[in-house]
Amino acid sequence: MQDSNWSEDSVAETQGLTVEQAIANLRSPDLSLRYYAAWWLGKFRVNTPSAVAALIVALEDEDDRTELGGYPLRRNAARALGKLGDTQAVPGLIRCLACEDYYVREAAAQSLGMLDAPTAIPALMELLIGGVEVAMPVPGRPHLTQPYDSVIEALGALQAKQAVSLIQPFLEHPQAKVQYAATRAMYQLTQEDRYGQRLMQALEGDDLQLRRTALSDLGAIGYFPAREAIARCAAENSFKLLALKGLLEHQAKQHETPTQDAIQVMNLMDFLL
Amino acid sequence: MTEAQALIRAVEQADSAPRLVAAVRDLAAAEVEAGISTLIAVLGYNNPTAAAAAVQGLIQIGSPAVQPLIEKLDDYNYGARAYAIRALAAIADPRALDILLASAATDFAPSVRRAAAKGLGNLRWSELSTQQQTAAQAKALETLAFIVQDADWSIRYAAVVGLQGLATTSELTPQIQGKFAQILETEKDAAVRSRVQLAQSQLFSTTF
Repeated sequence: MQDSNWSEDSVAETQGLTVEQAIANLRSPDLSLRYYAAWWLGKFRVNTPSAVAALIVALEDEDDRTELGGYPLRRNAARALGKLGDTQAVPGLIRCLACEDYYVREAAAQSLGMLDAPTAIPALMELLIGGVEVAMPVPGRPHLTQPYDSVIEALGALQAKQAVSLIQPFLEHPQAKVQYAATRAMYQLTQEDRYGQRLMQALEGDDLQLRRTALSDLGAIGYFPAREAIARCAAENSFKLLALKGLLEHQAKQHETPTQDAIQVMNLMDFLL
Repeated sequence: MTEAQALIRAVEQADSAPRLVAAVRDLAAAEVEAGISTLIAVLGYNNPTAAAAAVQGLIQIGSPAVQPLIEKLDDYNYGARAYAIRALAAIADPRALDILLASAATDFAPSVRRAAAKGLGNLRWSELSTQQQTAAQAKALETLAFIVQDADWSIRYAAVVGLQGLATTSELTPQIQGKFAQILETEKDAAVRSRVQLAQSQLFSTTF
């Protein structure tokens, strides 16, 4: 899941900015430079202590605001911190779950899931309170009251077994992507095959976007029985490769050298190149 | 109208996606050289099922399709380009070497680069003179060794597949064995590491 860490080799591709400059730019009077720098530090996985510290400060930024009251810099800082793998960011990201900007909450939930931060579980669970009944679209905005799919996915990734009864009702949420997130988390939390099967069936749905979502979910849970269905799915090879990579990594985590199952997955991947 | 002309016309006049797919399958199955340019055109129709059938047809036609595929490579449509490179990689005619080298190293689309990387390992080198062979294989190794350091895991994965192919089809096996050992020292991605281990076991029958 995690790309290679920051190394000297990456310097060549960063074109233009240096690490020092990007960190300094997070405090630039030019707000667009701050925004870009936060994205850049995440993109190139600059996980030096000073970069992480500066991004944590940016989670509290008050200068960069959108017309609707959003916090663009906070969003980018929260997204970047998830990629840098430094758990010092966890308390700041937990505070972001209470931010008035939906997209900051969404980015924070995603990053907390990536950072393997069990201390975030209670705050994440709080966002599910009220259940499916309050999980409604916000009038005039393209999103629900909370970033339910990201919150539920994070709880699944964090192995929050105490959240099972809170997540289960979302299997029936009217939006497919929320249903998928709940299905994926339920599989991670219970290991019950029916949830994996349900995602596998979703690979045959009519909507390409949802097939891509199901591919990514199956990759995230490493559901091996779906291997052939993934390879066959009507979607771009890049999405299928990424899903199969998830299956392969799941195998690699448990075994030092490739198993027969892993070899089957690689044969399917080779065919998609 | 010959049979080939009728099959080509059916592709050109298909007025729905299912008819297009059926017509392309028919033309592909006929394996006629007259159909080559029509099959290549289908690669750009943004219909993955039809494109897959066209790729299959071009692969079966084989060598006569190589020059047209190279000449008509679509610089403005990376989807079409990926299909064409996949066809060239599977036909494995060494005339495609230069286009595979360039595509693997510098195309902006990962799908094109992956297909080219895989293809670089499997060309039918024996169709070249001995002198050409040595130079061509060295070039392929150089390019694969370069892109196996790419930032994109899927490019590195494809480069490993290409290197395994090259180790099988050329006498560069010892160099590639060394390369694999080197990759395992630095590669952090579990999927790419697994693929290197698989290549090693298949090439050098190390036991797990």
